[in-house]
Amino acid sequence: MSPVLADVLQVTALIVALALVHRPLGDYMAAVFSSEKHLRVEKWIYRSVGANPNAEMRWSAYLRAVLAFSAVSVLLLYVLQRVQDVLPLSLGFKAITPDQAFNTAASFVSNTNWQSYSGEAAMSHVTQTAGLAVQNFVSAAVGIAVAVALVRGFARSRTGELGNFWADLVRGTVRILVPISVIAAIVLVAAGAIQNFGGIHELTTVTGQTQSISPGAVASQEAIKDLGTNGGGYFNANSAHPFENPNGFSNLLTIFLLLVIPFSLPRTFGRMVGNVKQGYAIVAAMGTIWFVGVVLVTWIEYAHPGAASQLAGGAMEGKEQRFGEGASSLFAVSTTMTSTGSVNSFHDSFSGLSGGVLLLGMMLGELAPGGVGSGLYGMLIMAVIAVFLAGLMVGRTPEYLGKKIGTREIKLAACYILITPALVLVGTAVAMALPDGKEAMTNVGAHGFSEVLYAYTSASNNNGSAFAGFGANTPFFNTTLGLCMLLGRFLPMVFVLALAGSLAEQTPVPATAGTLRTEKPLFTGLLVGAILIITGLTFFPALALGPLAEGLGS
Amino acid sequence: MNTSVSNTGRLLMAALRMLLVLTVVTGILYPLAVTGVAQALFHDKANGSIVKAGGKEVGSSLVGQSWDLPKQNPDDENEAARPDPKWFQPRPSNSSYDPLATGSSQLGASDSRLVQAVKDAKQQVAEFNGVPESEVPKDAVTGSASAIDPHISPEYARIQINRVARENGLTEQQVAKLVADHTDGRTLGFLGEPHVNVLELNLALRDLAKS
Repeated sequence: MSPVLADVLQVTALIVALALVHRPLGDYMAAVFSSEKHLRVEKWIYRSVGANPNAEMRWSAYLRAVLAFSAVSVLLLYVLQRVQDVLPLSLGFKAITPDQAFNTAASFVSNTNWQSYSGEAAMSHVTQTAGLAVQNFVSAAVGIAVAVALVRGFARSRTGELGNFWADLVRGTVRILVPISVIAAIVLVAAGAIQNFGGIHELTTVTGQTQSISPGAVASQEAIKDLGTNGGGYFNANSAHPFENPNGFSNLLTIFLLLVIPFSLPRTFGRMVGNVKQGYAIVAAMGTIWFVGVVLVTWIEYAHPGAASQLAGGAMEGKEQRFGEGASSLFAVSTTMTSTGSVNSFHDSFSGLSGGVLLLGMMLGELAPGGVGSGLYGMLIMAVIAVFLAGLMVGRTPEYLGKKIGTREIKLAACYILITPALVLVGTAVAMALPDGKEAMTNVGAHGFSEVLYAYTSASNNNGSAFAGFGANTPFFNTTLGLCMLLGRFLPMVFVLALAGSLAEQTPVPATAGTLRTEKPLFTGLLVGAILIITGLTFFPALALGPLAEGLGS
Repeated sequence: MNTSVSNTGRLLMAALRMLLVLTVVTGILYPLAVTGVAQALFHDKANGSIVKAGGKEVGSSLVGQSWDLPKQNPDDENEAARPDPKWFQPRPSNSSYDPLATGSSQLGASDSRLVQAVKDAKQQVAEFNGVPESEVPKDAVTGSASAIDPHISPEYARIQINRVARENGLTEQQVAKLVADHTDGRTLGFLGEPHVNVLELNLALRDLAKS
């Protein structure tokens, strides 16, 4: 079988699996967030916390709960890293420095999972499982909760109430993320991923050298790392490490895990607003952008432009033999477009143009299909913008799902789409203007600039992947990237929840002949167009300086 | 003002309690449960797929290792590694196959340092195996992502057959059969790329050479 045919089969198998699963999973998630009943374990959790899961929250109360929970998460994770050397199971690792501990805490709480540390050489068993793995779950559950609150804003009328954050957080964790992770983790171990709490295992190789085999509860973290679109690897090599991702099957499973919730949430949205076709229009826009990205990067990597790849006869630098170009390209696009950021190959060594496509995938705002929860609310914001643009064309007040998109709504949506570009471009500009930017580059010229641009794009959009040659573990980058991650995560949530509150208060307007039919392919086209125009106008100059200059120059 | 401060304080305490309870569920119960099942059902895999030869642990089938000659001066840290012609050689590694320092070179596809590294590797591999440079496959001259890639391509194994057979006093047919037996196709027929596990191949080679 030719490699290209194998890749076609691989992508087809992935799409079929997602198509089969997204309906039952989407319906299940809609039921989870609509149900009146609490599970026994949930009742126990609410009782021990002292939270009332039935108290409805207005948007401001919902937001306060999100921010309070995230603030204590940052604090606890920071403390855990600072004292890991005196806790049990430390593996002999020292306490993490203050700037790196802040960066890592911001990174995992914001669902970014940018890593300026190297897992196998820095983090103890306790930090990995009780700190980092916990945030893998709860930061993902926070994302889903905020998305569900926005969906309730569309679904409800004449009320300001958006549900209860504590109930949404606990249900997302207990009923969705934990059960799927348990199954996925055990399948990963069956494929060869490790799962133990042992020490570093030393043995003598055939040629008489000493080799240290790393231990770790890897499979359990791997499962939620991808399911929760987190991306922080147990090891520095992330999903390229054979202990995280041992073969072609585990590789496809990993890609499936990181896509499955983002691609299923539009179904949940359709169910909750009472029209599944509205969900199809959203998922079609997500799927189109993702698929075009997969085709482009796979094609460019097989063509392997770039002097070194040409000389080698293929783009295998920074890729594993068991995956090859095809499975690496599929992974790279899926991880950058879902805000996951785990890698099974190193994007720094992809050809300049592929790197540009990966960058663009993040710059779109992580919505094709985006992170768990954040992808859906990002896409719904763009849908608001798209109906607004359509309204301008025909000169009538736009409406979406029976809700009027008035001045207040469009202002909130506009604020949302301005935040990450501002963080990316200002951050990159500051880093380039100071000596810190140049010192951190592994590569020179246009590719070096791409490394800095990629870092701020990845952090601000909460992706977490890197052009990893970039030497990010300095106080300057730990601090500025940490701030970008926190602001890039929580400022947009403020506007999303404010918008949700404003929509939920409205009285729905009945659809008329003049209403834009947002469940039709025409709207999907309009939505994709709006996304590309907004991102293109914002980022084209920066892309021209980095990946385009490199790709066209070589 | 005072009520809003105390409200914020109450909210933060509730958030902290929630975080601690969820830490118990997802940070302690979840990994322990998965570890329990994994250790009971897949004991060898969960512990790193350790390979034994002659009763001694010699590596992991998932972690590549280097197959170099012993150092001439063990104290000289800068001494260049010399591949041992007796063994099948793995891909270039960014960390000399140290599993505690995984990761790749991170050099861009048109970077001049990477061009030089590929050029040097191509010449070295061609000379070492006595084949023309045009026959050297891409995985033989490019560093892997993990730096501990346990596999090479079947093409890279093939160009090493002649040298390995000669150095071990075996016929080319014997070694070629060994390579064929240790070539794994794509997982399930279509996932990933065909590959050869270097450690398993070399262990089989050692057994064959001994007998």
